[in-house]
Amino acid sequence: MEPSVKKKVLTVDDSRTMRDMVAFTLKNAGYEVVEASDGQQALSVVAANKVDLVITDLNMPVMDGLTLIRRLRATPAHRTTPILMLTTEADESKKMEGRSAGATGWIVKPFNPDKLISVVQKVCG
Amino acid sequence: MEDLSRFKQTYFEESAELLAIAEAGLLRLAPGEVDMDEVNAIFRAVHSIKGGGGAFGFTDLVAFAHEFETVMDGVRNSDIPVTTPLVDTLIRANDLLAQLLAYAREEGEVPAGLTDDTVAALRRIQQNRGAAPAPAPAAAPAASAAPAALPDEEDAEAGIFGDALAAINAARAEQEPPADPAALPEDTAEPGRLRWTIVFRPRGDLLMSGNEPAFMLRALKRLGEAEITCHLDRLPSLQNLEAEQLYLSWTVTLLTDPAVGRDRIEDVFEFVADECDIAITVETPPAPAAMPAGPDAAAPVAVTDPVPAPATAAASSAAATSAATSAGVPAAKPAEPGAGKSGGARPGGNGGADHAGITNHTIRVDLDKIDRLVNMVGEMVITQAMIAEHVRELPQGQFQELLEGLEQLAQHTRELRESVMSIRAQPVSSVFSRMPRLVRECAAATAKEVQLVTSGETTEVDKTVVENLVDPLTHMIRNSIDHGLEPPDERERIGKPRAGTVHLSAQHRSGRIVIEVTDDGRGINRPKVLSKAIEKGLVQPGASLTDEEIDNLIFLPGFSTADQVSNLSGRGVGMDVVRRNITSLGGRIGVYSTPGEGSRFVLSLPLTLAVLDGMVISVGEERFVLPLTNIVESLRPKPADLHGLVGKCEVMMARGDYVRLVHLHALFGIPGAERDATRGLVVLVETEDGSRLGLVVDEVLGQQQVVIKSLEANFRRLDGVAAATILGDGRVALILDVAGLREMSRHTDPQDDAPRDRSAGAVLAPPPAALPAPRQRETV
Repeated sequence: MEPSVKKKVLTVDDSRTMRDMVAFTLKNAGYEVVEASDGQQALSVVAANKVDLVITDLNMPVMDGLTLIRRLRATPAHRTTPILMLTTEADESKKMEGRSAGATGWIVKPFNPDKLISVVQKVCG
Repeated sequence: MEDLSRFKQTYFEESAELLAIAEAGLLRLAPGEVDMDEVNAIFRAVHSIKGGGGAFGFTDLVAFAHEFETVMDGVRNSDIPVTTPLVDTLIRANDLLAQLLAYAREEGEVPAGLTDDTVAALRRIQQNRGAAPAPAPAAAPAASAAPAALPDEEDAEAGIFGDALAAINAARAEQEPPADPAALPEDTAEPGRLRWTIVFRPRGDLLMSGNEPAFMLRALKRLGEAEITCHLDRLPSLQNLEAEQLYLSWTVTLLTDPAVGRDRIEDVFEFVADECDIAITVETPPAPAAMPAGPDAAAPVAVTDPVPAPATAAASSAAATSAATSAGVPAAKPAEPGAGKSGGARPGGNGGADHAGITNHTIRVDLDKIDRLVNMVGEMVITQAMIAEHVRELPQGQFQELLEGLEQLAQHTRELRESVMSIRAQPVSSVFSRMPRLVRECAAATAKEVQLVTSGETTEVDKTVVENLVDPLTHMIRNSIDHGLEPPDERERIGKPRAGTVHLSAQHRSGRIVIEVTDDGRGINRPKVLSKAIEKGLVQPGASLTDEEIDNLIFLPGFSTADQVSNLSGRGVGMDVVRRNITSLGGRIGVYSTPGEGSRFVLSLPLTLAVLDGMVISVGEERFVLPLTNIVESLRPKPADLHGLVGKCEVMMARGDYVRLVHLHALFGIPGAERDATRGLVVLVETEDGSRLGLVVDEVLGQQQVVIKSLEANFRRLDGVAAATILGDGRVALILDVAGLREMSRHTDPQDDAPRDRSAGAVLAPPPAALPAPRQRETV
């Protein structure tokens, strides 16, 4: 059964390779994808699009991922929008920082596409 | 797999850009003036290369990038001080990263031990890092003191994207939820299946992290057959209910394959582990259903597919959750996910991602496409010229509109050509930016102090020209440092600053790009050069040469003045090779030197290799094209303006200067041409070095854009001729090389390319072609 409305996911990463792979995986699983290459761009994308989920990298120029998460959480429309952080840092401190900034969850890079989809389903269906 | 290779392609392209960013940043990195933005950019570059490398399973590369990244992390947290040895190590690391990327790209075996020394150096730096990490500023992400963990075994096998893609599809096929998600009769539990009981009591503020229990419950349902009971025991009265709070808890009984382990279930609650009480128990044999652990369990409520509702903002969906729960129905967000349903994979989606809000100012275009465009424009220019040719034969006074239309077409064609050319144009900065590093290495190798100054980096020139500049510039700068600059002590003795200066500049001049490499060293040692040339049989003993001629001897093949073969020179690559490279691009190189004060090498190159504005001239039955950039004016001399000189040379008085005349018919042996300059025309031309020449021709037929067709590729190189073109009437015309004509007219007998040691003093290299051979396969 096809979803009546596609969920729209915003992927934010300064690495084109990463964005491509995340987008490809998500599109194959039936999601719609919009992209941004840093936090600042991501804010202008969410201003113009209703997104159901944000997947963001942490290390980015202009505006890093943690700042983006805080900024989104400070916006009424995105108080409870699911936000996943992509991180190669599997260590707890990064995760805790993300959590306290308001992230919903995390995906460890390099990601396994199955795992990515199951995490996405877990937070936005 | 095609898709996988596409990602790899992107990854390698992106990595190449990142390496360049990292290198440029590292070269600017110096003790005492650390720009944190740059350090962060270098860190991110290495970080991204590592991240992508992990996705493709490039383990060697990832392991090495990890060490590199850890040190960069220390630098950006100010744990590791910036010192010259550190920067040197990091530059080496960046080089190695480039090598590892190349091996990954070629799928080659990385030589054992390739990175050992550098890894050891990086680890030593890590061990000596500052004891107390500086607290990170609040706004910046505090980097972990611990290095980023490498993907563990479990992830490593999944890290290879290709396998995983297959896994996506396989998994999706299995993700059919039970047709009827209602409560399961117990007797459906088959022997061997596991029965899990999961009690899930989230904290009230769980929704604020963007987590949504309904999705977690659905994720559980994907693991097997689930029976879900919702507990309303914490639900307050309506007036005390806060929309954003969560008051529900659940008990889930889950029947799964034995293959589903506890970790799969814990995974579902991974993000909320700290924000809920959760108990997971398992029993292997089927047994009577355990009573829900929740106090006064309410009636079981099955989670069903929600009724699609208009999409609302996330916050109100949270409210909907709690509101709906008061009705005893766990709410879910309106839309259903596409995944987990049948008919899942649609390769590439519909590509309809909405990019509103993203302003992208650049696109990447394959060079082949641009080259095709350049070629098509070339053909169009020829066709346009052909039409113009035919129209000229129409009766005068009629077809006014046709003529005007053609005029416009010519204008548009010209603009189109310029636009297309500008697409291929690139600033020379991409080459200049490689030079600081070269200077650094040369200075170290020769124990000299060198300061590099660059200017005009933004000057644009065709991509092919830019790419071909690397080798000549590399050699010229090496040459300047190795032969030109004195050692620091010697410089001090003669009152110069200890550090020598090499100045690299680029500028546009009369439709060409001129690049200069200037040093403030000792200049060319003329006596030494001359004796060397005589010794090598390049010059007859006793020949008298001008200073300029002596300086230019260094461009002769087999010439080297290094007393000992140093690390830098003596590699068998001399300035003759530099000259040959430049000449093949339609460029010229000259040297100007003042003993004791330094030398200046001047390169001049055409801006593009495909089309030029030319003036078509006729000599007898032949047509030639002169590059417009060379033409000063054309005039018809009066007999009084002409003077014969001793020998065959004829000069003409033009604007108060004497200019040597060159009869093209004589030079090219063309019969039936006008021999008397006063009855033909003299086209006054100028070469890049400012010397003038008068070409005697029959007629000037008009100005035209012509498409350059390589003569070397289609025929062979000719003295005095740069290239060929096809005129509007289909005839082939030669494009003249003015500097070459000047050389030819000096020697009445055309010379071959061999260095001349026959006639004393004749030491000039073959005339360079004024125009390049376009690097395209063409048939004339």
